[in-house]
Amino acid sequence: MMEKMVFGRYIPGDSFVHRLDPRTKLIFVFIFIAAVFLANSTASYALLLGFTLFAIIVSKVRIGFLIGGLKPVIFLIAFTFLLHIFFTKQGDLLFEFGFIKVYEEGLRQGIYISVRFLVLVLMTSLLTLTTSPISITDGLEVLLGPLKKIRFPVHELALMMSISLRFIPTLMDETDKILKAQLARGSDISSGTMKERVKAVVPLLVPLFVSAFKRAEDLAVAMEVRGYRGGEGRTRYRQLKWDWRDTTALLILLLLIAGLWLLRR
Amino acid sequence: MDITLQRVGYTYAAGTPFQKQALHDVDVRIPDGSYTAVIGHTGSGKSTLLQHLNALLKPTEGTVRVGDTVITKETKGKQLRSVRRKVGIVFQFPEHQLFEETVLKDVMFGPLNFGIPEAEAAARAEELLGLLGLPEGTAEKSPFDLSGGQMRRVAIAGVLAMDPDVLVLDEPTAGLDPSGRREIMDLFHRLHEERDMTTILVTHSMEDAARYADHVIVMHDGTDVLEGPPEDVFGDAGRLARWRLEVPRTVAFQREFERGAGLPEGPPCLTEEQLADYLAGAVKKGGGAR
Repeated sequence: MMEKMVFGRYIPGDSFVHRLDPRTKLIFVFIFIAAVFLANSTASYALLLGFTLFAIIVSKVRIGFLIGGLKPVIFLIAFTFLLHIFFTKQGDLLFEFGFIKVYEEGLRQGIYISVRFLVLVLMTSLLTLTTSPISITDGLEVLLGPLKKIRFPVHELALMMSISLRFIPTLMDETDKILKAQLARGSDISSGTMKERVKAVVPLLVPLFVSAFKRAEDLAVAMEVRGYRGGEGRTRYRQLKWDWRDTTALLILLLLIAGLWLLRR
Repeated sequence: MDITLQRVGYTYAAGTPFQKQALHDVDVRIPDGSYTAVIGHTGSGKSTLLQHLNALLKPTEGTVRVGDTVITKETKGKQLRSVRRKVGIVFQFPEHQLFEETVLKDVMFGPLNFGIPEAEAAARAEELLGLLGLPEGTAEKSPFDLSGGQMRRVAIAGVLAMDPDVLVLDEPTAGLDPSGRREIMDLFHRLHEERDMTTILVTHSMEDAARYADHVIVMHDGTDVLEGPPEDVFGDAGRLARWRLEVPRTVAFQREFERGAGLPEGPPCLTEEQLADYLAGAVKKGGGAR
Protein backbone atom coordinates (compact mmCIF):
# COMPACT_ATOMS: atom_id res chain seq x y z
CA MET A 1 0.00 0.00 0.00
CA MET A 2 2.96 2.27 0.64
CA GLU A 3 4.70 1.19 -2.53
CA LYS A 4 3.88 4.33 -4.46
CA MET A 5 5.78 6.78 -2.24
CA VAL A 6 8.33 8.63 -4.36
CA PHE A 7 9.37 11.19 -1.73
CA GLY A 8 13.12 11.21 -1.20
CA ARG A 9 13.47 7.96 -3.02
CA TYR A 10 16.95 6.94 -4.03
CA ILE A 11 17.63 4.73 -7.03
CA PRO A 12 21.00 3.05 -6.72
CA GLY A 13 23.15 3.23 -9.85
CA ASP A 14 26.65 3.60 -11.13
CA SER A 15 26.51 6.63 -13.42
CA PHE A 16 28.78 9.66 -13.45
CA VAL A 17 26.21 11.53 -11.39
CA HIS A 18 25.80 8.73 -8.86
CA ARG A 19 29.53 8.65 -8.25
CA LEU A 20 29.90 12.35 -7.60
CA ASP A 21 30.73 13.39 -4.08
CA PRO A 22 27.55 14.41 -2.23
CA ARG A 23 29.20 17.74 -1.37
CA THR A 24 29.66 18.44 -5.06
CA LYS A 25 26.07 17.60 -5.81
CA LEU A 26 24.78 19.78 -2.99
CA ILE A 27 26.92 22.75 -4.01
CA PHE A 28 26.08 22.13 -7.65
CA VAL A 29 22.33 22.12 -7.10
CA PHE A 30 22.53 25.11 -4.78
CA ILE A 31 24.44 27.23 -7.29
CA PHE A 32 22.33 25.91 -10.14
CA ILE A 33 19.17 27.11 -8.39
CA ALA A 34 20.66 30.59 -8.16
CA ALA A 35 21.95 30.45 -11.74
CA VAL A 36 18.49 29.66 -13.08
CA PHE A 37 17.52 33.22 -12.26
CA LEU A 38 20.23 34.57 -14.58
CA ALA A 39 18.31 33.37 -17.61
CA ASN A 40 16.10 35.99 -19.25
CA SER A 41 16.12 35.22 -22.96
CA THR A 42 14.81 32.40 -25.11
CA ALA A 43 18.33 31.22 -25.85
CA SER A 44 19.32 31.13 -22.19
CA TYR A 45 16.19 29.21 -21.19
CA ALA A 46 16.85 26.77 -24.01
CA LEU A 47 20.35 26.32 -22.66
CA LEU A 48 18.98 25.60 -19.16
CA LEU A 49 16.52 23.06 -20.48
CA GLY A 50 19.14 21.42 -22.65
CA PHE A 51 21.57 21.27 -19.77
CA THR A 52 18.98 19.64 -17.50
CA LEU A 53 18.21 17.01 -20.13
CA PHE A 54 21.94 16.41 -20.49
CA ALA A 55 22.26 15.90 -16.72
CA ILE A 56 19.34 13.45 -16.74
CA ILE A 57 20.89 11.47 -19.58
CA VAL A 58 24.25 11.35 -17.81
CA SER A 59 22.59 10.16 -14.59
CA LYS A 60 20.90 7.25 -16.42
CA VAL A 61 17.75 7.72 -14.32
CA ARG A 62 14.67 6.46 -16.13
CA ILE A 63 12.81 9.50 -17.45
CA GLY A 64 9.46 7.92 -16.51
CA PHE A 65 10.46 7.99 -12.88
CA LEU A 66 11.25 11.70 -12.99
CA ILE A 67 7.98 12.48 -14.71
CA GLY A 68 6.15 10.51 -12.02
CA GLY A 69 7.83 12.76 -9.46
CA LEU A 70 6.66 15.86 -11.32
CA LYS A 71 2.98 15.13 -10.81
CA PRO A 72 2.59 17.09 -7.56
CA VAL A 73 4.03 20.31 -9.09
CA ILE A 74 2.36 20.07 -12.49
CA PHE A 75 -0.64 21.97 -11.12
CA LEU A 76 1.56 24.77 -9.82
CA ILE A 77 3.34 25.06 -13.16
CA ALA A 78 0.05 25.14 -15.08
CA PHE A 79 -1.37 27.74 -12.71
CA THR A 80 1.52 30.20 -13.04
CA PHE A 81 1.54 29.64 -16.79
CA LEU A 82 -2.12 30.62 -17.03
CA LEU A 83 -1.61 33.62 -14.74
CA HIS A 84 0.99 34.99 -17.13
CA ILE A 85 -1.09 34.26 -20.20
CA PHE A 86 -4.06 36.17 -18.83
CA PHE A 87 -2.50 39.04 -16.97
CA THR A 88 0.61 40.12 -18.87
CA LYS A 89 -0.56 42.63 -21.44
CA GLN A 90 2.53 43.64 -23.36
CA GLY A 91 3.72 43.13 -26.92
CA ASP A 92 1.52 42.27 -29.86
CA LEU A 93 -1.93 40.80 -29.43
CA LEU A 94 -1.66 37.17 -30.56
CA PHE A 95 -5.31 36.19 -30.49
CA GLU A 96 -8.59 37.12 -28.92
CA PHE A 97 -11.32 34.81 -27.70
CA GLY A 98 -14.22 36.67 -26.11
CA PHE A 99 -12.83 38.50 -23.13
CA ILE A 100 -9.59 36.50 -23.19
CA LYS A 101 -6.77 38.36 -24.89
CA VAL A 102 -3.41 36.65 -25.23
CA TYR A 103 -0.40 38.88 -25.78
CA GLU A 104 2.98 37.88 -27.08
CA GLU A 105 4.81 38.87 -23.92
CA GLY A 106 2.33 36.94 -21.74
CA LEU A 107 2.90 33.77 -23.68
CA ARG A 108 6.65 34.28 -23.56
CA GLN A 109 6.73 34.94 -19.82
CA GLY A 110 4.42 31.98 -19.20
CA ILE A 111 6.74 29.64 -21.02
CA TYR A 112 9.81 31.11 -19.30
CA ILE A 113 8.37 30.62 -15.83
CA SER A 114 7.21 27.09 -16.60
CA VAL A 115 10.65 26.14 -17.87
CA ARG A 116 12.22 27.68 -14.78
CA PHE A 117 9.98 25.62 -12.50
CA LEU A 118 10.50 22.47 -14.49
CA VAL A 119 14.26 22.81 -14.47
CA LEU A 120 14.38 23.49 -10.73
CA VAL A 121 12.18 20.52 -9.85
CA LEU A 122 14.01 18.17 -12.20
CA MET A 123 17.44 19.11 -10.88
CA THR A 124 16.52 18.76 -7.23
CA SER A 125 14.76 15.44 -7.91
CA LEU A 126 17.88 14.30 -9.67
CA LEU A 127 19.85 15.10 -6.53
CA THR A 128 17.69 12.91 -4.28
CA LEU A 129 17.27 10.17 -6.87
CA THR A 130 21.01 9.71 -7.35
CA THR A 131 22.29 10.36 -3.83
CA SER A 132 21.49 8.07 -0.92
CA PRO A 133 19.95 9.96 2.02
CA ILE A 134 22.91 8.94 4.15
CA SER A 135 25.39 10.57 1.75
CA ILE A 136 23.29 13.72 1.58
CA THR A 137 23.46 13.92 5.35
CA ASP A 138 27.21 13.31 5.35
CA GLY A 139 27.67 16.00 2.73
CA LEU A 140 25.52 18.46 4.65
CA GLU A 141 27.41 17.81 7.85
CA VAL A 142 30.69 18.67 6.17
CA LEU A 143 29.32 21.69 4.35
CA LEU A 144 27.71 23.06 7.51
CA GLY A 145 30.92 22.36 9.45
CA PRO A 146 31.98 26.03 9.68
CA LEU A 147 28.81 26.77 11.68
CA LYS A 148 30.31 24.80 14.58
CA LYS A 149 32.35 27.93 15.25
CA ILE A 150 29.20 29.69 16.38
CA ARG A 151 28.20 26.65 18.47
CA PHE A 152 25.58 25.45 16.05
CA PRO A 153 25.04 21.68 16.77
CA VAL A 154 25.92 20.49 13.27
CA HIS A 155 26.76 16.91 14.21
CA GLU A 156 23.62 16.46 16.27
CA LEU A 157 21.52 17.90 13.47
CA ALA A 158 23.09 15.50 10.96
CA LEU A 159 22.59 12.59 13.34
CA MET A 160 18.93 13.48 13.79
CA MET A 161 18.54 13.72 10.05
CA SER A 162 20.13 10.37 9.37
CA ILE A 163 18.15 8.66 12.12
CA SER A 164 14.87 10.04 10.78
CA LEU A 165 15.79 9.08 7.23
CA ARG A 166 16.84 5.64 8.38
CA PHE A 167 13.51 5.05 10.08
CA ILE A 168 11.21 6.27 7.32
CA PRO A 169 11.11 2.86 5.60
CA THR A 170 10.84 1.07 8.94
CA LEU A 171 7.87 3.18 9.97
CA MET A 172 6.31 2.69 6.55
CA ASP A 173 6.55 -1.07 6.94
CA GLU A 174 5.17 -0.81 10.42
CA THR A 175 2.24 1.32 9.24
CA ASP A 176 1.54 -1.17 6.50
CA LYS A 177 1.53 -4.06 8.95
CA ILE A 178 -0.71 -2.37 11.50
CA LEU A 179 -3.01 -1.12 8.77
CA LYS A 180 -3.42 -4.66 7.51
CA ALA A 181 -4.00 -6.04 10.99
CA GLN A 182 -6.76 -3.48 11.59
CA LEU A 183 -8.26 -4.01 8.13
CA ALA A 184 -8.43 -7.70 8.98
CA ARG A 185 -10.39 -6.71 12.09
CA GLY A 186 -12.87 -4.87 9.90
CA SER A 187 -11.63 -1.31 10.29
CA ASP A 188 -12.34 0.79 7.22
CA ILE A 189 -10.42 3.94 6.42
CA SER A 190 -11.40 4.39 2.81
CA SER A 191 -15.15 4.87 3.18
CA GLY A 192 -17.69 6.49 5.47
CA THR A 193 -18.18 10.08 6.59
CA MET A 194 -15.28 12.37 7.43
CA LYS A 195 -15.85 11.78 11.14
CA GLU A 196 -15.80 8.01 10.74
CA ARG A 197 -12.62 8.18 8.74
CA VAL A 198 -10.85 10.31 11.32
CA LYS A 199 -11.96 7.86 13.98
CA ALA A 200 -10.60 4.98 11.91
CA VAL A 201 -7.13 6.52 12.02
CA VAL A 202 -6.87 6.14 15.80
CA PRO A 203 -6.37 2.35 15.73
CA LEU A 204 -3.52 3.01 13.32
CA LEU A 205 -1.80 5.90 15.08
CA VAL A 206 -1.80 4.61 18.65
CA PRO A 207 0.13 1.39 17.91
CA LEU A 208 2.42 3.32 15.59
CA PHE A 209 3.34 5.83 18.29
CA VAL A 210 3.78 3.10 20.87
CA SER A 211 6.23 1.24 18.67
CA ALA A 212 8.04 4.40 17.60
CA PHE A 213 8.70 5.33 21.22
CA LYS A 214 9.81 1.80 22.01
CA ARG A 215 12.13 1.87 19.04
CA ALA A 216 13.58 5.24 20.06
CA GLU A 217 14.31 3.90 23.52
CA ASP A 218 15.94 0.75 22.16
CA LEU A 219 18.06 2.84 19.83
CA ALA A 220 19.15 5.16 22.63
CA VAL A 221 20.18 2.20 24.78
CA ALA A 222 21.99 0.54 21.88
CA MET A 223 23.93 3.75 21.21
CA GLU A 224 24.81 4.19 24.83
CA VAL A 225 26.11 0.64 25.34
CA ARG A 226 28.34 1.18 22.35
CA GLY A 227 29.77 4.28 23.95
CA TYR A 228 28.31 7.00 21.78
CA ARG A 229 29.40 10.39 23.08
CA GLY A 230 28.57 12.77 20.26
CA GLY A 231 30.63 14.03 17.36
CA GLU A 232 33.82 15.21 19.13
CA GLY A 233 36.83 13.31 17.78
CA ARG A 234 34.66 10.80 15.99
CA THR A 235 36.14 9.16 12.88
CA ARG A 236 34.09 8.29 9.84
CA TYR A 237 33.31 4.96 8.25
CA ARG A 238 32.17 6.54 5.00
CA GLN A 239 34.95 8.83 3.83
CA LEU A 240 34.08 11.53 1.36
CA LYS A 241 36.57 11.71 -1.51
CA TRP A 242 36.98 14.48 -4.00
CA ASP A 243 38.13 13.25 -7.42
CA TRP A 244 38.31 14.36 -11.04
CA ARG A 245 34.58 13.85 -11.52
CA ASP A 246 33.80 16.49 -8.93
CA THR A 247 36.20 19.00 -10.45
CA THR A 248 34.73 18.29 -13.89
CA ALA A 249 31.17 18.76 -12.64
CA LEU A 250 31.97 22.11 -11.09
CA LEU A 251 33.84 23.25 -14.22
CA ILE A 252 30.80 22.34 -16.30
CA LEU A 253 28.69 24.39 -13.92
CA LEU A 254 31.01 27.38 -14.43
CA LEU A 255 30.69 26.98 -18.20
CA LEU A 256 26.91 26.90 -17.84
CA ILE A 257 26.92 30.11 -15.82
CA ALA A 258 29.21 31.78 -18.35
CA GLY A 259 26.90 30.63 -21.14
CA LEU A 260 23.83 31.97 -19.37
CA TRP A 261 25.58 35.28 -18.79
CA LEU A 262 26.48 35.62 -22.46
CA LEU A 263 22.97 34.72 -23.64
CA ARG A 264 21.29 37.28 -21.43
CA ARG A 265 19.43 40.00 -23.19
CA MET B 1 -15.62 -22.91 3.52
CA ASP B 2 -13.16 -24.06 0.88
CA ILE B 3 -10.35 -21.73 -0.14
CA THR B 4 -8.90 -22.32 -3.59
CA LEU B 5 -6.03 -20.50 -5.25
CA GLN B 6 -5.64 -20.89 -8.99
CA ARG B 7 -2.44 -19.89 -10.76
CA VAL B 8 -1.97 -17.08 -8.29
CA GLY B 9 0.94 -14.71 -8.75
CA TYR B 10 1.81 -11.58 -6.83
CA THR B 11 4.37 -8.94 -7.71
CA TYR B 12 5.25 -6.15 -5.28
CA ALA B 13 5.69 -2.63 -6.70
CA ALA B 14 5.07 -3.74 -10.28
CA GLY B 15 6.40 -1.34 -12.91
CA THR B 16 9.01 0.34 -10.70
CA PRO B 17 12.72 -0.42 -10.34
CA PHE B 18 11.81 -2.08 -7.02
CA GLN B 19 9.49 -4.68 -8.47
CA LYS B 20 9.74 -8.09 -6.91
CA GLN B 21 7.83 -11.23 -7.65
CA ALA B 22 6.78 -12.83 -4.39
CA LEU B 23 4.43 -15.53 -5.67
CA HIS B 24 4.00 -17.32 -8.97
CA ASP B 25 1.82 -20.18 -10.19
CA VAL B 26 0.38 -21.02 -6.79
CA ASP B 27 -2.29 -23.70 -7.06
CA VAL B 28 -3.55 -24.86 -3.69
CA ARG B 29 -6.81 -25.94 -2.15
CA ILE B 30 -7.54 -25.60 1.54
CA PRO B 31 -10.45 -27.94 2.27
CA ASP B 32 -13.33 -26.85 4.49
CA GLY B 33 -12.80 -27.86 8.11
CA SER B 34 -9.16 -28.81 7.64
CA TYR B 35 -6.21 -27.82 9.80
CA THR B 36 -3.73 -26.78 7.15
CA ALA B 37 -0.11 -25.98 7.88
CA VAL B 38 1.89 -23.85 5.45
CA ILE B 39 5.62 -24.45 5.81
CA GLY B 40 8.63 -23.11 3.95
CA HIS B 41 11.92 -21.42 4.67
CA THR B 42 12.22 -17.66 5.16
CA GLY B 43 11.35 -15.76 1.98
CA SER B 44 9.45 -18.65 0.42
CA GLY B 45 6.28 -16.55 0.09
CA LYS B 46 4.34 -17.88 3.08
CA SER B 47 3.41 -14.48 4.45
CA THR B 48 2.41 -13.10 1.05
CA LEU B 49 0.27 -16.17 0.49
CA LEU B 50 -1.46 -15.69 3.82
CA GLN B 51 -2.43 -12.12 3.01
CA HIS B 52 -4.30 -13.40 -0.03
CA LEU B 53 -6.55 -15.54 2.14
CA ASN B 54 -8.61 -12.58 3.28
CA ALA B 55 -7.93 -10.21 0.43
CA LEU B 56 -5.45 -7.92 2.17
CA LEU B 57 -3.52 -8.46 -1.04
CA LYS B 58 -5.25 -9.03 -4.33
CA PRO B 59 -3.47 -11.42 -6.68
CA THR B 60 -1.78 -9.70 -9.62
CA GLU B 61 -2.39 -12.90 -11.59
CA GLY B 62 -4.89 -15.73 -11.19
CA THR B 63 -7.85 -16.05 -8.84
CA VAL B 64 -8.45 -16.66 -5.16
CA ARG B 65 -11.75 -18.25 -4.24
CA VAL B 66 -12.94 -17.95 -0.64
CA GLY B 67 -16.23 -19.80 -0.22
CA ASP B 68 -18.28 -18.34 -3.06
CA THR B 69 -16.41 -15.05 -3.31
CA VAL B 70 -13.95 -14.83 -6.17
CA ILE B 71 -11.07 -12.38 -5.79
CA THR B 72 -9.02 -11.22 -8.76
CA LYS B 73 -6.97 -8.11 -9.27
CA GLU B 74 -10.11 -6.26 -10.43
CA THR B 75 -12.18 -6.99 -7.32
CA LYS B 76 -13.28 -3.77 -5.60
CA GLY B 77 -12.85 -2.96 -1.95
CA LYS B 78 -16.50 -3.24 -0.92
CA GLN B 79 -16.75 -6.94 -1.72
CA LEU B 80 -13.70 -7.67 0.38
CA ARG B 81 -15.25 -6.83 3.73
CA SER B 82 -17.50 -9.89 3.75
CA VAL B 83 -14.43 -12.04 3.14
CA ARG B 84 -12.59 -10.33 6.00
CA ARG B 85 -15.44 -11.08 8.32
CA LYS B 86 -15.28 -14.78 7.53
CA VAL B 87 -11.51 -15.09 7.56
CA GLY B 88 -9.73 -13.90 10.70
CA ILE B 89 -5.98 -13.42 10.66
CA VAL B 90 -3.70 -13.50 13.67
CA PHE B 91 -0.56 -11.79 12.40
CA GLN B 92 2.96 -12.26 13.68
CA PHE B 93 3.37 -10.37 16.93
CA PRO B 94 -0.34 -9.46 17.02
CA GLU B 95 0.18 -7.50 20.25
CA HIS B 96 1.34 -4.61 18.05
CA GLN B 97 -2.21 -4.02 16.91
CA LEU B 98 -3.60 -3.19 20.38
CA PHE B 99 -4.71 0.41 20.74
CA GLU B 100 -7.77 0.82 22.95
CA GLU B 101 -7.99 2.19 26.48
CA THR B 102 -9.12 -1.10 27.94
CA VAL B 103 -8.62 -4.71 27.02
CA LEU B 104 -12.36 -5.24 26.72
CA LYS B 105 -12.78 -2.42 24.22
CA ASP B 106 -9.89 -3.71 22.15
CA VAL B 107 -11.34 -7.20 21.92
CA MET B 108 -14.72 -5.69 20.97
CA PHE B 109 -13.19 -3.63 18.13
CA GLY B 110 -13.49 -6.35 15.48
CA PRO B 111 -17.04 -7.48 16.27
CA LEU B 112 -18.31 -3.88 16.45
CA ASN B 113 -16.75 -3.10 13.06
CA PHE B 114 -18.72 -5.95 11.58
CA GLY B 115 -21.97 -4.69 13.06
CA ILE B 116 -22.40 -7.00 16.03
CA PRO B 117 -24.50 -5.38 18.80
CA GLU B 118 -22.52 -3.96 21.69
CA ALA B 119 -23.93 -6.22 24.40
CA GLU B 120 -23.18 -9.34 22.41
CA ALA B 121 -19.68 -8.16 21.53
CA ALA B 122 -18.96 -7.49 25.20
CA ALA B 123 -20.26 -10.91 26.22
CA ARG B 124 -18.11 -12.58 23.58
CA ALA B 125 -15.07 -10.63 24.66
CA GLU B 126 -15.51 -11.60 28.32
CA GLU B 127 -15.93 -15.22 27.38
CA LEU B 128 -12.83 -15.25 25.17
CA LEU B 129 -10.66 -13.53 27.76
CA GLY B 130 -11.55 -16.34 30.15
CA LEU B 131 -10.98 -18.98 27.50
CA LEU B 132 -7.50 -17.62 26.80
CA GLY B 133 -6.64 -17.90 30.47
CA LEU B 134 -6.36 -14.20 31.27
CA PRO B 135 -6.82 -13.45 34.98
CA GLU B 136 -10.03 -11.99 36.31
CA GLY B 137 -10.13 -8.20 36.02
CA THR B 138 -7.90 -7.99 32.94
CA ALA B 139 -10.81 -6.68 30.88
CA GLU B 140 -10.74 -3.28 32.59
CA LYS B 141 -6.97 -2.83 32.40
CA SER B 142 -5.10 -0.93 29.72
CA PRO B 143 -3.62 -3.39 27.24
CA PHE B 144 -0.28 -1.57 27.57
CA ASP B 145 -0.03 -2.51 31.26
CA LEU B 146 -0.01 -6.23 30.51
CA SER B 147 2.95 -8.54 30.06
CA GLY B 148 4.01 -9.50 26.53
CA GLY B 149 2.41 -12.93 26.77
CA GLN B 150 -0.85 -11.48 28.05
CA MET B 151 -0.90 -8.85 25.30
CA ARG B 152 -0.53 -11.63 22.78
CA ARG B 153 -3.54 -13.43 24.24
CA VAL B 154 -5.64 -10.28 24.20
CA ALA B 155 -4.78 -9.70 20.55
CA ILE B 156 -5.69 -13.28 19.70
CA ALA B 157 -8.98 -12.84 21.56
CA GLY B 158 -9.59 -9.77 19.41
CA VAL B 159 -9.46 -11.87 16.26
CA LEU B 160 -11.42 -14.79 17.69
CA ALA B 161 -14.13 -12.37 18.83
CA MET B 162 -15.16 -11.89 15.20
CA ASP B 163 -16.13 -15.56 15.26
CA PRO B 164 -14.50 -16.27 11.89
CA ASP B 165 -15.21 -19.42 9.88
CA VAL B 166 -11.56 -19.56 8.90
CA LEU B 167 -8.73 -18.72 11.26
CA VAL B 168 -5.33 -17.90 9.79
CA LEU B 169 -2.37 -17.98 12.17
CA ASP B 170 1.01 -16.52 11.25
CA GLU B 171 3.61 -17.83 13.70
CA PRO B 172 1.21 -17.22 16.58
CA THR B 173 3.63 -18.39 19.27
CA ALA B 174 6.85 -16.69 18.16
CA GLY B 175 8.61 -15.23 21.19
CA LEU B 176 6.44 -16.95 23.81
CA ASP B 177 7.81 -19.20 26.53
CA PRO B 178 7.50 -22.97 25.95
CA SER B 179 4.53 -23.59 28.24
CA GLY B 180 2.60 -20.61 26.89
CA ARG B 181 3.37 -21.80 23.41
CA ARG B 182 1.93 -25.24 24.01
CA GLU B 183 -1.12 -23.83 25.77
CA ILE B 184 -2.00 -21.49 22.91
CA MET B 185 -1.43 -24.10 20.23
CA ASP B 186 -3.63 -26.57 22.13
CA LEU B 187 -6.30 -23.90 22.44
CA PHE B 188 -6.30 -23.31 18.69
CA HIS B 189 -6.59 -27.03 18.13
CA ARG B 190 -9.51 -27.27 20.53
CA LEU B 191 -11.30 -24.38 18.83
CA HIS B 192 -10.65 -26.03 15.49
CA GLU B 193 -12.34 -29.21 16.66
CA GLU B 194 -15.14 -27.75 18.78
CA ARG B 195 -16.22 -24.95 16.46
CA ASP B 196 -15.33 -26.74 13.26
CA MET B 197 -13.16 -23.78 12.33
CA THR B 198 -10.98 -24.18 9.27
CA THR B 199 -7.50 -23.38 10.56
CA ILE B 200 -4.47 -22.34 8.57
CA LEU B 201 -1.16 -22.26 10.41
CA VAL B 202 1.86 -20.59 8.86
CA THR B 203 4.86 -21.78 10.79
CA HIS B 204 8.58 -22.48 10.92
CA SER B 205 8.02 -25.21 13.45
CA MET B 206 7.87 -28.59 11.76
CA GLU B 207 6.87 -30.06 15.12
CA ASP B 208 3.74 -27.88 15.33
CA ALA B 209 2.87 -28.63 11.72
CA ALA B 210 3.28 -32.37 12.29
CA ARG B 211 1.39 -32.41 15.58
CA TYR B 212 -1.67 -30.35 14.69
CA ALA B 213 -2.18 -30.26 10.93
CA ASP B 214 -4.06 -32.76 8.82
CA HIS B 215 -3.02 -31.08 5.57
CA VAL B 216 0.37 -29.57 4.78
CA ILE B 217 1.41 -27.17 2.02
CA VAL B 218 5.10 -26.68 1.33
CA MET B 219 6.16 -23.36 -0.19
CA HIS B 220 9.50 -22.80 -1.90
CA ASP B 221 10.72 -19.79 -3.88
CA GLY B 222 7.27 -18.25 -4.22
CA THR B 223 5.31 -21.30 -5.29
CA ASP B 224 3.75 -24.42 -3.78
CA VAL B 225 5.93 -27.47 -4.28
CA LEU B 226 4.10 -30.12 -2.27
CA GLU B 227 0.68 -30.56 -0.76
CA GLY B 228 -0.54 -33.56 1.21
CA PRO B 229 -1.18 -35.19 4.58
CA PRO B 230 1.64 -34.76 7.13
CA GLU B 231 2.52 -38.48 7.03
CA ASP B 232 3.46 -38.02 3.35
CA VAL B 233 5.20 -34.68 3.66
CA PHE B 234 7.32 -35.54 6.69
CA GLY B 235 8.25 -39.08 5.67
CA ASP B 236 11.10 -38.13 3.37
CA ALA B 237 13.93 -36.10 4.91
CA GLY B 238 15.92 -35.94 1.67
CA ARG B 239 13.08 -34.34 -0.23
CA LEU B 240 12.42 -31.74 2.49
CA ALA B 241 16.13 -30.85 2.59
CA ARG B 242 15.91 -29.78 -1.04
CA TRP B 243 13.50 -27.04 0.05
CA ARG B 244 15.76 -26.17 2.98
CA LEU B 245 13.38 -27.75 5.49
CA GLU B 246 13.86 -30.49 8.06
CA VAL B 247 11.71 -33.30 9.36
CA PRO B 248 10.21 -32.83 12.84
CA ARG B 249 12.51 -33.85 15.69
CA THR B 250 10.39 -36.93 16.44
CA VAL B 251 10.89 -38.18 12.89
CA ALA B 252 14.60 -37.32 12.96
CA PHE B 253 14.96 -39.34 16.14
CA GLN B 254 12.93 -42.20 14.71
CA ARG B 255 15.11 -42.41 11.59
CA GLU B 256 18.26 -42.28 13.69
CA PHE B 257 16.88 -45.09 15.84
CA GLU B 258 15.89 -47.20 12.85
CA ARG B 259 19.33 -46.82 11.34
CA GLY B 260 21.02 -47.77 14.60
CA ALA B 261 18.76 -50.76 15.22
CA GLY B 262 18.90 -51.91 11.60
CA LEU B 263 15.13 -51.56 11.19
CA PRO B 264 13.39 -50.57 7.94
CA GLU B 265 11.98 -47.01 7.80
CA GLY B 266 8.45 -47.06 9.18
CA PRO B 267 5.66 -44.49 8.79
CA PRO B 268 6.82 -41.22 10.41
CA CYS B 269 5.92 -40.57 14.05
CA LEU B 270 4.44 -37.07 14.07
CA THR B 271 4.13 -36.54 17.82
CA GLU B 272 6.04 -37.53 20.92
CA GLU B 273 3.18 -39.86 21.86
CA GLN B 274 3.36 -41.70 18.54
CA LEU B 275 7.12 -41.95 18.85
CA ALA B 276 6.87 -43.37 22.36
CA ASP B 277 4.36 -46.00 21.20
CA TYR B 278 6.55 -46.88 18.25
CA LEU B 279 9.64 -47.29 20.43
CA ALA B 280 7.77 -49.34 23.02
CA GLY B 281 6.53 -51.63 20.24
CA ALA B 282 10.02 -52.00 18.81
CA VAL B 283 11.52 -52.76 22.21
CA LYS B 284 8.92 -55.44 22.94
CA LYS B 285 9.43 -57.08 19.54
CA GLY B 286 13.21 -56.96 19.60
CA GLY B 287 13.54 -57.64 23.34
CA GLY B 288 14.58 -61.28 22.81
CA ALA B 289 17.48 -60.44 20.50
CA ARG B 290 19.37 -58.71 23.27
